[in-house]
Amino acid sequence: MAPPGSRRSSYSRRAQYNLFTGYIVAGIGALLGMILLGLSFFQPTLFGGPRGAAQDAVSPATETAARVRTGGKSLWDSVSGYYRAGSKNAALKREMELARIRLVEADAVRTENARLKGLLGLLDDERPPVAVARLIGSTSTSTRRFAYVGAGSRDGVRVGMPVRSPRGVVGRILETGYSNARVLLLTDPESVLPVRRASDDTVAFAEGRGDSLLRIRLINLGINPLKVGDVFVTSGAGGYYSPGIAVAIVSELTDDGGVARIISDPAATDFVAVEPIFEPEAVVGAATPIEEELGVDEPAEVIATPEPTEAAD
Amino acid sequence: MERMEPRARSDAYGSRINRSHSSVLANIVPWASILAASLVPVFFIASALPLLAPLGFAMLLGWRLVRPGLLPVWAGLPLGLFDDLFSGQPFGYAIFTWSVALLVIEAIELRMPWRSFSQDWLTASAALIGYIGLGWLLSGGEPTVFSLVALVPQLAISVILFPTLARLCAALDRLRLSRWRRV
Repeated sequence: MAPPGSRRSSYSRRAQYNLFTGYIVAGIGALLGMILLGLSFFQPTLFGGPRGAAQDAVSPATETAARVRTGGKSLWDSVSGYYRAGSKNAALKREMELARIRLVEADAVRTENARLKGLLGLLDDERPPVAVARLIGSTSTSTRRFAYVGAGSRDGVRVGMPVRSPRGVVGRILETGYSNARVLLLTDPESVLPVRRASDDTVAFAEGRGDSLLRIRLINLGINPLKVGDVFVTSGAGGYYSPGIAVAIVSELTDDGGVARIISDPAATDFVAVEPIFEPEAVVGAATPIEEELGVDEPAEVIATPEPTEAAD
Repeated sequence: MERMEPRARSDAYGSRINRSHSSVLANIVPWASILAASLVPVFFIASALPLLAPLGFAMLLGWRLVRPGLLPVWAGLPLGLFDDLFSGQPFGYAIFTWSVALLVIEAIELRMPWRSFSQDWLTASAALIGYIGLGWLLSGGEPTVFSLVALVPQLAISVILFPTLARLCAALDRLRLSRWRRV
């Protein structure tokens, strides 16, 4: 369509000024955007307040949509369950029998563990989650991978708390609103998680690549001990996540580790649990500069170790 | 009189007798539809890749290119501010890019006042690719090759979706100018 002739604003002084002011305001807008962008690069959490309030405002709608989404998924599951129901049922029964036997064995191991821990005088306290809520949304157009969970500061959710699903780690709380919180998902390019191989103590960092896969970077370099299919769990280092939660399965080997798929896909989970920070003291310790901790005036020569779960917005 | 065609006195926007446009609706529809489009991507759980087109920006381009002169040049400032609250990019990204995009389209329009839709589609595609690409560079995270490759589906979806959004803008424009009000 051809533009209307409004740009040629005739002899009306008022129309001319209006047009001119429009251009000025647009220019100011671009400039203001640039300044705000620069500010949020240096202070990523600076605009967390307005963002949280905006999410709070739409959370009735997003909560409802999440309820419908999880409901629809379970409906689809029950419909697709009828497909080859007989053979599936038989296979499940066989699996169930085996699983029951394994469960009893695991019970025996657990009591053995409790007995040994009792001998050592270790406390094994059960840690209830801070909140259980649905994932109510995500930033599905941005390069960054954030999700929103339907529990916020009103439920006691604080920045840094780990978020997990029944299958494994989902991410970590980055910002909190009143009734919702923003989660940094594992697949985000800024997410780094200390992990270890489930079968032994090969420690590594699991870093998000931004394309739904994780990069497993081994800490001890040498001959790559990984194999395709190795499962990685949280190691508990860094103090945020409790150890032993499933994270990823190696799908491809590289020179310094491997490429892994996440075990707990947030899009496939109904409810997630926000858990308390595993070792708050360790988190504070990791955030304290070593010079300050040692009480040295001039900065000492320190080998820089990667910050465990460092995440700038 | 009864034998006359009943729609003889009406046009695409409804009866021309005894009816008038609603000024509230006529003013609010473009703005409200862009705000709503900014909000829609929040409802989808995309944990692996950015899969949805930047609907708010695409809708802004749709209104700007389908109905030039309707949105003022400074519309990128308030609309981008709203989009920034939900998009997940660093705050200020949409304010900046939307304002610049509107100014650039203004300049293009100055050069080529008469355009076909394919030219508009080309303009919108260039704007969308630039918007997504710059978003990859200025996401606040480290831009890696992997995340660049992961953008390809989103780019394709955005470019392919634009004609549909332009049709949606045209339909909303008809709704906007319907004669609802009885005079």
